[in-house]
Amino acid sequence: MSKNKKLALLSMCACLAMVLSFAESRIPPLTAIPGIKMGLANIAVMFALYKLGSREAVVISLVRVILVSLLFGSFVSLLYSLAGAALSLTVMLLLRRFSPFTQVGVSVAGGVCHNIGQIIMACILLETNVIVYYLPFLLLSGTVTGVLVGAAAALLIKRIKIK
Amino acid sequence: MSEKRNVKKLRYDILLIAVLLVISAVWVMITVFSRTEGGKVEVEIEGALVASYSLEENGEYPLNGGTNILVIEDGAAYLTYANCPDKVCVNRGKIRYNGQSIICLPNKLTVTVRAKDGGADIVQ
Repeated sequence: MSKNKKLALLSMCACLAMVLSFAESRIPPLTAIPGIKMGLANIAVMFALYKLGSREAVVISLVRVILVSLLFGSFVSLLYSLAGAALSLTVMLLLRRFSPFTQVGVSVAGGVCHNIGQIIMACILLETNVIVYYLPFLLLSGTVTGVLVGAAAALLIKRIKIK
Repeated sequence: MSEKRNVKKLRYDILLIAVLLVISAVWVMITVFSRTEGGKVEVEIEGALVASYSLEENGEYPLNGGTNILVIEDGAAYLTYANCPDKVCVNRGKIRYNGQSIICLPNKLTVTVRAKDGGADIVQ
């Protein structure tokens, strides 16, 4: 793959991740529990992870988190998203390399870890563990959305050919 | 034939999903079925207890010098105002069971339902 083509693909994935984050933020929440969301942006990150490489996926995730927080969030939401993205991405990178999981399993683990990372950051910021009460609800939703996101990503990874 | 191969390829994923679903579903059910109505709410800022209000008395209380407004009505607590743009804490709605909380990340503020003093508090 030429340098220019890679650059174009990276920018497109980052852009897609941002647009998906934004689209998701416009959908009213289904429940009152904060943190339950679809995690659509992970489709773009997963695509990059399997098609472009680990470093590329990290860059795309980082760019998305920083830009989305700057545009639509705040400094606190940046810390919060970074914690979720960092844990989720680390686990997905490791599982992709060292586990027998397919894209669906990797995405589920990523979704669940995103929620766990955010809860850890909230515990640190708030200096209290009251938010752990919501962990089971987030684990459940993270698993379900992880399956859907993983299935969507697997389809794209299979169908879209990059020469 | 390809269906069979797919299932075999996905067996670890299915195992992971099943384990996570069972653990989280059981945990959610335990949380939901064992919850009890609380007696008071405690307001904490950066982990330090700053105020405590009984859930039995209706009232409206400004918190943290007015950055958030707490309302207690018919045994439930909720926030009606926050000075941040995202309003996550206002959208959280009403809380009334022990252990439930409303969290305002920008102001590092939490409102948590607890048992009345002396009562059994099932959530640490």
